[in-house]
Amino acid sequence: MIESHAATPEIHGHPALQHHFENMEQQREAGTLGMWIFLVTEIMFFGGMFLAYTLYRNLFPAGFVLASNHLDITLGAVNTGVLILSSFTMAMAVYFTQTGKLRPQVWCLVLTLILGLTFLGIKAVEYHEKYTDRLIPGRIIPGAHFGPDPHAFHLQAGAPELAQIEMFYWIYFAMTGMHALHMVIGAGLLTYLIIFSLKRRFDPEYHSPVEVIGLYWHFVDIVWIFLFPLLYLLGRHLGGH
Amino acid sequence: MKPIESFELPSPSKVNYLNAVYGLKSWLLTKDHKRIALLYLGSITFFFFIGGIYALMIRLELLTPSGDFLESTTYNKVFTQHGIIMIFFFLIPSIPATLGNFLIPMMIGAKDLAFPRINLLSWYVYLAGGIITIYALLAGGVDTGWTFYTPFSTTFSNSYVVATGLGIFINGFSSILTGLNFIVTIHTMRAPGMTWFRMPLFCWSHYATSLIMILGTPVIAITVLLLAFERVSGVGIFNPKLGGDPVLFQHMFWFYSHPAVYIMVLPGMGVISELIANFSRKNIFGYSFVAFSSIAIAVFGFLVWGHHMFVTPQSVYAGMIFSFLSFAVAIPSAIKVFNWTATLYKSSISYDTPMLYALGFIGLFTIGGMTGLFLASLATDVHLSDTYFVVAHFHYIMVGGALMAYLGGLHYWWPKMTGRMYPEGWGRFGALVVFVGFNLTFLPQFIAGYIGMPRRYHAYPPEFQVYNVLSTAGASILGFGMLIPAVYFVWSMRYGKHAEANPWHLPGLEWRTQSPPPTENFEQTPIVTWDAYEFAPPEETEVVGKFHGEVERAS
Repeated sequence: MIESHAATPEIHGHPALQHHFENMEQQREAGTLGMWIFLVTEIMFFGGMFLAYTLYRNLFPAGFVLASNHLDITLGAVNTGVLILSSFTMAMAVYFTQTGKLRPQVWCLVLTLILGLTFLGIKAVEYHEKYTDRLIPGRIIPGAHFGPDPHAFHLQAGAPELAQIEMFYWIYFAMTGMHALHMVIGAGLLTYLIIFSLKRRFDPEYHSPVEVIGLYWHFVDIVWIFLFPLLYLLGRHLGGH
Repeated sequence: MKPIESFELPSPSKVNYLNAVYGLKSWLLTKDHKRIALLYLGSITFFFFIGGIYALMIRLELLTPSGDFLESTTYNKVFTQHGIIMIFFFLIPSIPATLGNFLIPMMIGAKDLAFPRINLLSWYVYLAGGIITIYALLAGGVDTGWTFYTPFSTTFSNSYVVATGLGIFINGFSSILTGLNFIVTIHTMRAPGMTWFRMPLFCWSHYATSLIMILGTPVIAITVLLLAFERVSGVGIFNPKLGGDPVLFQHMFWFYSHPAVYIMVLPGMGVISELIANFSRKNIFGYSFVAFSSIAIAVFGFLVWGHHMFVTPQSVYAGMIFSFLSFAVAIPSAIKVFNWTATLYKSSISYDTPMLYALGFIGLFTIGGMTGLFLASLATDVHLSDTYFVVAHFHYIMVGGALMAYLGGLHYWWPKMTGRMYPEGWGRFGALVVFVGFNLTFLPQFIAGYIGMPRRYHAYPPEFQVYNVLSTAGASILGFGMLIPAVYFVWSMRYGKHAEANPWHLPGLEWRTQSPPPTENFEQTPIVTWDAYEFAPPEETEVVGKFHGEVERAS
């Protein structure tokens, strides 16, 4: 009843095949499915914050509009473009790996990394603006408590909307901060891909690391595609400035 | 077709996963799912004993109506820590990370889980979470209840909330990694011929458990993270002082923590399906119903969290829907209980230790489930909320259900895991002591709770004392009952009778390799041509042997 499961030696022979898989096909399938499931957990993780956002946007519409209009829409829009472009270069990197074109593959990965770092740089500029406007909520940064100039929001000192604005900025920093953390991890993973691509580890038969990290990269982009309209755009027409 | 006779058991070999390599390093850096299962077994047993000591302290305090053994603040910490340790560090990893880890690849005929390194990582993550939590307990403990309700946990509690929260946050990732590994393994690593509907039900229930792990655990992770931030930095979505909503915390907390109950009990149900079918030597009644009821529990389990919040400002209409859905989730659980019972009908039952635990499970789980319906009803819940009735109810599920199943499964697969038999007589005696001790501990709590004894107080009116004395007496018996298997399991590892490859004479794949298995599980990848629990039909077999019901070749 128990027989040997015949495997063709040329598939078995690939140096990247791990001992517990029958062939490269099975190994690739497992890796891809694993990443998809990991991304499901990420959706649930971000979902908690999207829930908080939805709740407080409904509870505090006025404060959220004021705070949202204070965000720099130009920088946000540029960053959105940067990320979409990086998704394109990532997709091309996967394509070139699958077709075995090493040189353009490495270039696409490098380009993706540069675009990712550009996004983080622009994000840092935005964060710094918020820091100088004293918009970092609570006591997250010691010595720089939340205390913006109320007139910047056309409010009197002590207006109740200020607490709502603080709530907006807490959700803003939690969501974009968590997103940025994922970008940093993504940049690390891209560096790994570049190094191993230069060592010629990947070929048309073994490209799942590029594919799987590509999936992750696209996911992080998609999160931003949701964050940008929710945080920057919604209620823009109500602000009047 | 009688598969039991139709294959040759592998010739006994001296080399197995336990003695293939030696040394501490070979264990700490192992990628073998069987060794990782044993690492988990050791660490969860350690946490179980810590949690058990807290349980003992609770029962000692409640022996008398006055708070004479523990101060109220100490008592708050003791029941909190009992809950946190038992839930996050024992029950949630218990069956999946030990039995599941060990058996899922063997049951589907794979060499290992899909991601062996991630499997090892999950154990280290678990350990890191555990060490941080232990640090929090030693540094001064935490007194919020395992539920961490805000604003007490964010603003008022003067204990180690952040450190404990961090421990739970980190520990959550071990659960996610295990769930991810199981799902991918079951999808991609099944041996040729091992179709979905030939898988043992243990695998189905672990698949459902893994779904909850990957969908629920990230939510508790972000919730605890936001809670810790809120406590440290004075910002917050949960703090009413800052415009936040404490009920939002409860929603987010229970969105994970109710399904987490199914993380604890679903693997147990998988074990029970194995035990009932195999020890009554009969194909399980309604295989696909039992399989799909696991999935149904996982799905419905996500839609009932609001029944923990009937006494909050949650809308009455939401409450009605949550109440209805909570009744609905009882249906797949009932399907399982009825199918197990139907399997027993006219079968050849052998009352070995694992089967005793399984039969105990059916009774206790039924009581736990039925009393859950009292709590799922809006009106009765207002009366019973925060009383000992709730405590008794969930202990019937978690201890009477999950722990019984864990012990039953551990006995059943012990010969496979260690290559040694446990002493059967002591095993049955221990199962009986545990059953009696358990019921004496928790049955009186139903009554005490129903007549109004609140939970989470260290002192109580003297009218309730009789129930508490009974309960404490029962807890002593239960504690003693737990020590019996602990002692003979350790004993058997050295002195137990050597186990054959298939000591129970069963058709499952895990029994078709030597005990203990070789590192690669099977000498050759098996090709599966039989269904799970495919015993020969009764007219073709002759049952011999007083307890084991060994199947003889009939024709």
